[in-house]
Amino acid sequence: MSDAPILKTAGLRARVTDEEIEILKGVDLEIRPGEIHAIMGPNGSGKSTLAKVLAGHPGYEVTGGSAFFDGQDLLELETDERARSGVFMAFQYPVAIPGVSIANFLRTALQARLEDGEELDLFDFQDILLERMELLEMSPSFAERAVNDGFSGGEKKRNEILQMAVLEPALAIMDETDSGLDIDALKVVARGVNTLQKERPEMAVLLITHYQRLLNYIQPDFVHVIVDGRIVRSGGPEVALSLEEGGYREYRQLQSTASAA
Amino acid sequence: MPTNEAVQDIGLDDYKYHFITEDEPVFRSGRGLNEKVVREISAQKGEPQWMLDFRLKSLDIYNAKPMPTWGGDLSQLESVLSDIFFYVRPQERMERSWDDVPANIKETFDRLGIPEAEREILAGVGAQYESEMVYHSLKEEWEAQGVIFDSIEDGLRNHPELFREHFATVVPPGDNKFAAMNSAVWSGGSFVYIPPGVELETPLQAYFRVNQEQMGQFERTLIIADEGSRAHYIEGCTAPVYSTESFHSGVIEIVVKPGAHFRYTTIQNWSNNMYNLVTQRSLVHENATMEWLDGNLGSKLTMKYPSCFLVGERAHGSILSIAYAGNGQHQDTGGKVIHAAPRTSSSIVSKSISKGSGRASYRGLCKVYEGSTDAKSNVECDALLIDEAARTDTYPYIEIDENQSTVGHEARVSKVGEEQLFYLMSRGMPEEEAMALIVRGFIEPIARQLPLEYAVELNRLIELEMEGSVG
Repeated sequence: MSDAPILKTAGLRARVTDEEIEILKGVDLEIRPGEIHAIMGPNGSGKSTLAKVLAGHPGYEVTGGSAFFDGQDLLELETDERARSGVFMAFQYPVAIPGVSIANFLRTALQARLEDGEELDLFDFQDILLERMELLEMSPSFAERAVNDGFSGGEKKRNEILQMAVLEPALAIMDETDSGLDIDALKVVARGVNTLQKERPEMAVLLITHYQRLLNYIQPDFVHVIVDGRIVRSGGPEVALSLEEGGYREYRQLQSTASAA
Repeated sequence: MPTNEAVQDIGLDDYKYHFITEDEPVFRSGRGLNEKVVREISAQKGEPQWMLDFRLKSLDIYNAKPMPTWGGDLSQLESVLSDIFFYVRPQERMERSWDDVPANIKETFDRLGIPEAEREILAGVGAQYESEMVYHSLKEEWEAQGVIFDSIEDGLRNHPELFREHFATVVPPGDNKFAAMNSAVWSGGSFVYIPPGVELETPLQAYFRVNQEQMGQFERTLIIADEGSRAHYIEGCTAPVYSTESFHSGVIEIVVKPGAHFRYTTIQNWSNNMYNLVTQRSLVHENATMEWLDGNLGSKLTMKYPSCFLVGERAHGSILSIAYAGNGQHQDTGGKVIHAAPRTSSSIVSKSISKGSGRASYRGLCKVYEGSTDAKSNVECDALLIDEAARTDTYPYIEIDENQSTVGHEARVSKVGEEQLFYLMSRGMPEEEAMALIVRGFIEPIARQLPLEYAVELNRLIELEMEGSVG
């Protein structure tokens, strides 16, 4: 593992576009290549906002702080530029794109990564896609279905993982904020992340989750607890285990003490 | 190239196929529509007396009928019509081989960027320009089966009885003002006859273009699919852009006899100043199926409602349409199904895309006559708005005089959402590419039904139209 962080945020603050209240109130985070970080927090703590802000969702605006990705100022880049430089976000509830097959969708995404005038070879693409699907033990017919159109929760996750496998990001952000409800979907995500990280150990992963359960399947290197827009505790996997026992109560108390002070 | 500042000033999309080739017409009527023009057209074509009488009677009907006040804005139309030439004969005779195709037409294909192989097919099979290699081999094959695929003029000349038996039986001149106009001044179009039991694998294709400044185009097509036959007819147009108002009013009549299966596909892309008012209708007999596949792009105003009159038991009609209304354009399109026999069935699927100041209206009629027991009809309208300013409306007319029938109607309007765009962009697609992909997906159910080269062309046209729609 190299020492230079792939992602480094300092005092990152953000709010919903055109609204007063800040949701992120200064997030400091450093992720190095190959590391798996988990961010856990109660509902409304800002963990899902962090994922969206990093991916460049237009519904949020950064009000302060910085974020650097692979040495570039991430906040200067458009959503699509971030993706092309290696940021990937797996959506918690990805939207449907009727009439567009997964294969077509991925082909367009890969084509967008090429220089102007360069054309993605269709046969090469087909080979990549089939090879990726085999790795993830998916049936080739899955890629012919329209993106997320009428998909079950598990199928949506499978689609997100397949995209991640094809696009090979340097940083994968998994927004699994309340997916603890669906155990099958959870297993799809875990198996996918583990398989892909085994294949490309340099890939960094940021897991956003509410429940410790996901961490039974993916072993994080670092766990951060986010409460009220700030990371209040960071440590190893043991942090997650203590949450399992004590819940977020002690952090909430910490938070109310902080705001009282 | 003439320009029109007024048009540019209101920010109409640049028409992408912006060219005019120099044709030298052999004969041109005077401007405007009157009896003299009608007589000249008929005389130029050397028509029998009955056709001249028919034209003159149609002219009277046209003059007697008021301008429609529903649908699109036709308030400027009178002045447009007084200024156009109602008849121009572009070349002395139809071209006979690719080598004979005039250089300026070949240049047109170059400008369109149509690949060589496609070009020969598009080079006007059955229309003004023919490709010898492709067309003649097909034509021999068709002729051996008794299929007639001629210009409408040759149809009248060479098959007078068959022609007269069916002509204007599906769309009589009294049907509407523009059907009457077409009946008075029709010129060009196809005559098709498929004999009983004949099934054609290869689609019959017509490709024609309006290529004479200020020329109205009044094509007339008559198709007879005899008992148990099966065929597919395709028509596509790409009109050059003009500086003045333009006008197109066609009539398509199709007779689908018992047990026959006929599909008519048209992709029309008119220049932004075109009034496109077309009557397309089919008469569908027992156990027969008629399918309209209708794509409308471009034009200033299109009013077009392909219709199926289901007159025999178990007749089936299907209308699949896609409309794209860009800046300054109004697509008033849809379909009509008339159930006039028991156990008839129909479906209308209409998809529209509006962008900027574009407006797409669905206008449809489903009529079930008393005695059409167990008739079934289903209508689905799906509108996609590209931005905040775009507009769509739905005017479904449903008239049911038979209790024992089932009619369903479903309408949906969707906006290209921020979440959809974000999702695609988060995968690395630039906004414009993301938008185009969403639109391609939206029209996919229609594109899927098209032969490959037309599907490709439809996608390409819509992508060109979409350029500059974001950011």
